[in-house]
Amino acid sequence: MKIGVLVKNVPDTETKIKLTSDGTGIETQGVKFVMNPFDEYAVEAALQFKEKIKDDATVTVVSLGPDRVVETLRTALAMGADDAVHVWDDAFEGGDMLTNARILAKVIEKIGFDLILGGKQGIDYDAMQTCAAVAEHLGIPQVQIVIALELSEDKTALVARRRIEGGDEVVDIKLPAVVTCEKGLNEPRYASLPGIMKAKKKEIKKIGLADLDGLTADDVGSMGSTTKIVGYESLAQRPSCRMLEGEPAQQAADLVRALREESKVI
Amino acid sequence: MKLGLSDEERMVQETAREFADSEIAPVAANNDAEGRFPADIVKKLAELGFMGMLIPEKYGGAGLGNFCLVLALEEINRVCASTGVTMSVHNSLATSPIIKFGSDYLKETYLPKLATSEMLGAYALSEAEAGSDAASLKCRAVKDGDEYVVNGTKLWVTTGAHADLFIVMLRTDTEKRSKGISAFVVERDTPGFKVGKKENKLGLRGSSTTELIFEDCRLPAKNLIGEEGIGFVIAMATLDGGRIGIGTQAVGIAQACLDASVAYAKEREQFGRKIGEFQAIQWKIADMATAIEASRLMVYRAARMRDMDVPHTKEAAMAKLFASEAANRAAREAVQIHGGAGYLKDFPVERYFRDARITELYEGTSEVQRIVISRSYLQA
Amino acid sequence: MTNDILVFAEIRDGSFKKINAELISAGLNLAEKSGGAVNVAALGGDIDAAIEDARKYPIQKVYAVKNAVLANYSTQGFADALEAVVKQAEPAIVLFGATAMGKDLSARVAARLGAALLTDCTEVDLEDGSLKVKRPVFSGKVYANVVSTNDGIKMASVRPNIYPASDQGGDPAELVDVACDLSADNIGAMVTAIESTAAGRKDVTEAEIIVAGGRSLKSEENFKILEELADVLGASVGASRAAVDAGYAPHSQQVGQTGKVVNPKLYIACGISGAIQHLVGMRTSKVIVAINKDANAPIFQHADYGIEGDLFDVVPLLTEEFKKIVEG
Repeated sequence: MKIGVLVKNVPDTETKIKLTSDGTGIETQGVKFVMNPFDEYAVEAALQFKEKIKDDATVTVVSLGPDRVVETLRTALAMGADDAVHVWDDAFEGGDMLTNARILAKVIEKIGFDLILGGKQGIDYDAMQTCAAVAEHLGIPQVQIVIALELSEDKTALVARRRIEGGDEVVDIKLPAVVTCEKGLNEPRYASLPGIMKAKKKEIKKIGLADLDGLTADDVGSMGSTTKIVGYESLAQRPSCRMLEGEPAQQAADLVRALREESKVI
Repeated sequence: MKLGLSDEERMVQETAREFADSEIAPVAANNDAEGRFPADIVKKLAELGFMGMLIPEKYGGAGLGNFCLVLALEEINRVCASTGVTMSVHNSLATSPIIKFGSDYLKETYLPKLATSEMLGAYALSEAEAGSDAASLKCRAVKDGDEYVVNGTKLWVTTGAHADLFIVMLRTDTEKRSKGISAFVVERDTPGFKVGKKENKLGLRGSSTTELIFEDCRLPAKNLIGEEGIGFVIAMATLDGGRIGIGTQAVGIAQACLDASVAYAKEREQFGRKIGEFQAIQWKIADMATAIEASRLMVYRAARMRDMDVPHTKEAAMAKLFASEAANRAAREAVQIHGGAGYLKDFPVERYFRDARITELYEGTSEVQRIVISRSYLQA
Repeated sequence: MTNDILVFAEIRDGSFKKINAELISAGLNLAEKSGGAVNVAALGGDIDAAIEDARKYPIQKVYAVKNAVLANYSTQGFADALEAVVKQAEPAIVLFGATAMGKDLSARVAARLGAALLTDCTEVDLEDGSLKVKRPVFSGKVYANVVSTNDGIKMASVRPNIYPASDQGGDPAELVDVACDLSADNIGAMVTAIESTAAGRKDVTEAEIIVAGGRSLKSEENFKILEELADVLGASVGASRAAVDAGYAPHSQQVGQTGKVVNPKLYIACGISGAIQHLVGMRTSKVIVAINKDANAPIFQHADYGIEGDLFDVVPLLTEEFKKIVEG
C-alpha cells in the first residue's frame, strides 16, 4: 500500500506576523517555519497505518514550496516516513491554493498512491482548499476534518469520523481517496534520534515543471492563479479594557449592567 | 568555527525543545514541589534516544556527539533542571567512561541497557574527606582472586536513589595518590552494596542525591574499567564532559530566567507603563541576554573540541565557570524583575533561582574551576 | 454568464441554517453592485420544508436538486448537484458558508469549474467586476485583502456571524427544479451516521454567546459552573487548548489556533490567560469579557470588560445576576 502525505511548512504558531513596510507582504525574515501542525497528524496517521499493515506499505511525504520546505520533509523522514518529494520550480512562485493543487495532483498521479493524507488546513492561509482540489483533479473521494480513521481488513476502504458543527459524521470511504486530518486524530510522535540519523542518509527527490506532463508555465504560479493578495491589514485595536472594581458581587452586577446597557449584547 | 547548525543538529534541538515544552514543562513545578523523580519522563526520553546519545549505534545508542548532547541538554534544562541533571549524568558521566575506556565485555553488557535506560546510570567520586580534593579518596578496593572487595562510603551521588549502574572511583593502591585510583562498574544489586540516605536539598528537588555504602562488597574483576591506576585519568576525562554538561545546564536555566523575565516585563505595568519600558529593566535584560550568548558559545566550543578529541580541560572548566556564574546572576535578576512575585512559588523563577545555585558547586566548585584554568597558564 | 449571485444553502436535518440568511444578505449587497439577482441552491433529500423557508427570503429563485442520494452530505454528490445548478443558473458569484460543509464543497466545485475561490471571508465586495474580500490569515493574526483575477465564475465562503441575517418578506421566490443524474455508486465517500456531540448546545462556531474556560478551572467537574452560566444565557461552552489538553473539556469545544475560530457577539473568558494561540480564535468577537486572578494576564489587553478575581467566586455571582434579567 502506498501512502502519500501532503505537508507544508508554515510560520511557527508563536510567531508574530509582521507586515512589510508597504503593507503588501508578510515579513519572512527571521520567521521560524515548522511543519504545519495539522500535517503532523497526517504523517502520524500514515506511520500508524504502515506499522499496522506491516507488509510493504510505504509512506512518501510530498511538499510544494521553496527550499525551506526541505527542512519539513527531513522532519517527516525523521519521524519515520520512507521517502520524500520536494516539488518546486521558479515558475511555481505566487501560485494560489487551487493552482498548487493542480501541480500536486500531477505529482501524485505520476507517483501513484492508494491513500493521500493531509492536514485539514495550513495555519498560514487557512484556506482548506488544496486537498479537496487535489481530490477533484484525481477524480477520487475526499473526506476532510477527520478525527478518527480505520482501515478495512482488505485495505481497500476506510471508515472515518469527520468533525462538523455540533457533531461528527461517520463516513465510509473507498480507496484511493484523500483524507484531511484534524487535531484529536492521534498524538504525533517526535522525531527520534535514530530516526534523525536515518533521515540524514535519505535522498529527497526533486520534481519541477519539466517533470510534469501537460502543465506549462501559464498554468502554474501567479500566471495560473485566479486570486491575488493585494495587501494586508493589521487587526483593529480594541479600546482599552474597562476593569470593574469592588467586591465580586459588585463586579458581577456592574458587568451585567454594562453588557445590557452599554454594549447591548444581552 | 561553524556557527549554524546542520540539519541533523537542528532536528535534535527541535525534538528536545518540543519534548521539553510539551512533556516536561507542564509537570516540572509539581515534580519540584513534591520532590518527585521523573521516572516516566526519563523512560520517554530513552525511547527517543536521548539516554544513549553518545553510545555508538552498534550498542543501540544514537551515535551522536557531545555537541548534539549539549543542544538537547540545554532544552531539557530550560524547563526542568532536575530532569536535565539526570540526563546529563547518565549520558556524560555514566556511559562515557565505558564507551571510552571499557572492555568489550563491559560495552556489550552495559551499553545496550544504558541506551534504553533499562539501566539508569550514576557516577560516584566524592567522599566525606575527598570533595574538591578528589585524589585523596579513601574508599578501598582490594583484589581477591577474580574479585575486588570494597569497603567505604561515597557521597553526593546524583540519581543515587534511582540508578541501576554506578561508575565508582575506588582506591586500589594506598601507596600512590592519584595513580592509586581505579574505576569500576557497580550494579545496584551487588551484595554488600547499598544506597544510603537521600539528601534534602535547596534545589534540583526532582533529582535524588544519596550516599553509597560498601560493606565487604565483592565486585567481579571484569567490572574494572580499563586497568588499575587509571581511575583518576578516567575521572578527570569524564569530568571534562560533565562540566560541559553542567555549563549547559546553567545556560538552560539562564535562558529560562530570561524568557520568564522578558514575558513578565512585557506584561507587568507599573506607573502606567509596562515595566519593560523602564531602563532599569532593559539593562538587566540586556546583560542577562549577553551573558547567556557568551555562555552558550563557550559551551558549544568546548563540546565541539571534545567531539574533535582535542584537549579541552581548560575550555570545559571556563565554560562551566562562566555559565554557572552567569546563570546565578540571571536567576537573581529574574527574581528582581518579578519583584515580590518572583519570591513566590506561583512563578517559575523561584525554582530557577534555587536550581541555579548548584551549578556553581557540583562538578567542581567555581574555585576548583579557577584552579584548573589558572593551572593551564601557570604550570604550562 | 449572468450577473446573479448564487447562495449555496446549507441544510442540516431538513432545516435551513442561519448562515444561509446571512449569505443572502451578503449576496444582496453584491447583487446591488452587479445588477443581478440573488438565487439560492437547495440540495438534499427530504428538503421541502427548507425550500419553502428559503422561498420566503427576498431572492428571485430557489434552484433545487432533490434526490435521496443527497440525504446526507457527500462531497461528490453535492458537487455534481451544485455543478448542475451552476450550469443552469450561470451565476457570476457563488457564496458558501465558511463551515465544514461549505469549505469542503466550495474547494471541490471551484477546482472542477476553474473558478476563483476565496475562503473564510469576513467581508465580500465587488469592484470592477472582481470579487474583493477581506479574510483573516495566519490564524487570524492579520487580514489579507484578496481579489479574484479571472474572467469566469467566482466563489467565496463567508464566515458565520459576520453579516446580519436577511429578513424574510415579499413574494415567494420562484422554485426551479434542476435535473441531475446522481447515483450512489459514483460516490466513494458516504456518510453512514451523524452523531451529535453538542448535547443540546450550539457548536461554538455557531453560538452567539460563548462562556469559555481555561486550565485554571482545574477539573472537568468544575466546568459545570461555566455550563450553569451558559444555560442561563443560552450560550455554548468553549475551552482553551490548555484546558482541552488537560482533559477538562473535549476538543470540539476548543477555541484557538488548533481548535475553532469563533465569532460570537459576547465571549466570556474565565481563567484564560490569553496566549496568542487562543486569542487568534476569538478576538473578532464583538464584546469580550475577561475574568482572571492575574491582573497582568494578556487577555485583559484584548477584552472590553475585565474582572480581576477568582472565577470560582465571580462566575456563580454572574450566573445569579443574569438569572435576574432573564427571569425579570
